[in-house]
Amino acid sequence: MEEKKEDKEPKKRVNMREQEPLVRARNFMEVPYGYNPEEAVAEASRCLSCLNPICRKGCPVAIDIPSFVKLIKEGRFIEAAWKIKEDNALPAVCGRVCPQEIQCESMCILGKKGEPVAIGNLERFVADYEREKGEVQIPGRPKLSGRKIAIIGSGPAGLSCAADLIKSGHQVTLFEALHKPGGVLIYGIPEFRLPKAIVEKEVDYISKLGVKVVLNAVIGKLFTIDELFSEQGYDACFIATGAGLPMFLGIPGENLNGIYSANEFLTRANLMKAYLFPEYDTPIKKGRNVAVFGGGNVAMDSARVALRLGAEKVHLIYRRSEAEMPARKAETHHAREEGVEFLMLTNPVRFIDDGKGNVCAVECQKMELGEPDTSGRRKPVPVKGSEFQIEIDVAIPAIGTRSNPLLTKTIPDLSLNKRGYIIADEETGMTSKKGVFAGGDIITGSATVILAMGAGRKAAKAINEYLKWKYWDTSRFVGQ
Amino acid sequence: MFKILKKEELSDLVILFEIEAQDIAKKAKAGNFFTLRINEQGERIPLTIADFDRDRGTITTVFQKMGKTTHLLGALNAGDSIMDVIGPLGMHSHIENFGKVICVGGGVGIAPTYPIARALREAGNTVISIIGARTKNLIFWEDRMRNVSDELIIVTDDGSLGRKAVVTVPLDERLTEDKDIELAYAIGPAIMMKFVCVTTQKHNVKTIVSLNSIMVDATGMCGACRVEVGGETKFACVDGPEFEGHKVDFDLLMSRQRMYVNEEKIAFERYKEKSGVK
Repeated sequence: MEEKKEDKEPKKRVNMREQEPLVRARNFMEVPYGYNPEEAVAEASRCLSCLNPICRKGCPVAIDIPSFVKLIKEGRFIEAAWKIKEDNALPAVCGRVCPQEIQCESMCILGKKGEPVAIGNLERFVADYEREKGEVQIPGRPKLSGRKIAIIGSGPAGLSCAADLIKSGHQVTLFEALHKPGGVLIYGIPEFRLPKAIVEKEVDYISKLGVKVVLNAVIGKLFTIDELFSEQGYDACFIATGAGLPMFLGIPGENLNGIYSANEFLTRANLMKAYLFPEYDTPIKKGRNVAVFGGGNVAMDSARVALRLGAEKVHLIYRRSEAEMPARKAETHHAREEGVEFLMLTNPVRFIDDGKGNVCAVECQKMELGEPDTSGRRKPVPVKGSEFQIEIDVAIPAIGTRSNPLLTKTIPDLSLNKRGYIIADEETGMTSKKGVFAGGDIITGSATVILAMGAGRKAAKAINEYLKWKYWDTSRFVGQ
Repeated sequence: MFKILKKEELSDLVILFEIEAQDIAKKAKAGNFFTLRINEQGERIPLTIADFDRDRGTITTVFQKMGKTTHLLGALNAGDSIMDVIGPLGMHSHIENFGKVICVGGGVGIAPTYPIARALREAGNTVISIIGARTKNLIFWEDRMRNVSDELIIVTDDGSLGRKAVVTVPLDERLTEDKDIELAYAIGPAIMMKFVCVTTQKHNVKTIVSLNSIMVDATGMCGACRVEVGGETKFACVDGPEFEGHKVDFDLLMSRQRMYVNEEKIAFERYKEKSGVK
């Protein structure tokens, strides 16, 4: 990594030790090993303990960063973990997958001249330390309020909302459509970035707080929201179902065998553990030559999973240039280190059939950057006559998701925007339907774990207010 | 965990389970399906809801032992439990009084045909049903189908029960005779549904088929089940499983159903070795 060495002081950031790129590219174990206590103290000691700390302002859930870093400095690791848990129910997850470089760490004063304090690594360290030492603290249950809240979806938004509401003494049920709780943390983010055992432990913590987790419950099919209110006595509900309907490229041949949405590829690998086939029953095509389309974190995850399944070559094909790629720098860096080949300014045009219904090649064309488009990024335009083919046997479009209408279409009095996402107040999660709050990707479209958690916390606060007065005013944000 | 309350071996390959699933039973309608996962290592497979009993809180499914998962499932008995049962999924059948309808069920497809035929009959339709299979012991629910049909035609490929024919033969005859058949329903192997559609198209009779593509989550999240209908990509799990048959690309469906033949073989061989199944 690029460290600045000009400082005389021994204040160089302590990086986490990692598995060697070419070794880890063939296994599903976590990439970094994490700090040991000495490393953690050394890194925490870099913190200047600013009188007016602004790192906390960069955190979507406002973790008390200065306090927990200070506790680490003093070697009080368990207390540091508890300090984080006052604001964040999933520290082991956030320490791993938050984009700290654009949040807390981007605010750190040290970052002005060198590298900011590795807040994410420290968060991860104390959460792991607490878990491994078996000292997970379960706060006593508060006085029961007699109120019932249903949370739909057990991803980051649902989990953080549940954790807050249970602490307020409500009865909280978390409904999950899949057979495992955790949402994108389980089906989407791969094992080597976020070990599933850690997600299980974090969900376990939330159940121990008293949240009831109901799996295999597809709300909209099994129960409607109205039934939750009228027949099951819920006082409020929070919809956090994620975005979750995969987008495809819309080019010829896309339904050939061997072509997976990133959602399917990752769900097979992560949720269903297809990388352990035939020990596990779910199969997955282990391509020899794989092409992944897209430039986000999900594209990086897909490419790196394909490598670990045994692909000889993995191409990451993106129609803009690397500067426009939405993936975290750390992710592109890791992917490249492991041997993923980046093909920038390249756009797929069609997939080619091997005559037996399987994909055998993709035809692409070169692009060049034109005028900025509505997103402010320069729009890629095709270069005439630049078509070429790449031999592949697995292709993975990872170009984003749309809103899944499965639940929303069963709630006629819920306002949606043109793209099918729920219209909700950003500060409270209030929707057009009384008693129904919503947050996370089903409002914003694909975003990050921590933003979804932030939305969950805001909604929890608003639900607490609502339960006091049952007052509902949506005029502020519902247009029609 | 979901308990199997009743097991019936309809033939050496076709098994019926009645599964305790109160909430699903309350909501299930003709045309819905569910997904199950047998154990921690299991895959998720979609199966049809062949019947439901809202009072007893049970759903009934019928499946044919084909590969590892269905053999393993078939080895379970009443009293055993299935780890995960998820449903009811998919859009339910659109039922109204069309007048006269014809329902075609092939092989295990007879099972999901039954609640649809029943619902159509209850809505006031005259129901002609054709059920068929390769051979006699793969035919089941003759009595149930007879109860919900004004007329029942049985065919087998080898003539061991009913007429020696494939389902499209009597179908073609009836459509030639009865010009007032408004709608056809066909559920069975993809190849059967394809040829039912070829036949009904000739007579210009709208046909609904139920597509059995490979699925994972079965809630629209992954797109494994994509099919082409009228030139457009649809997800069988949430847009279907029922579609207008004349618009379905059956060749693509069949090709996609074969995506994992090699892996299925590996898993099944391994299972046979371990469990001693022939």
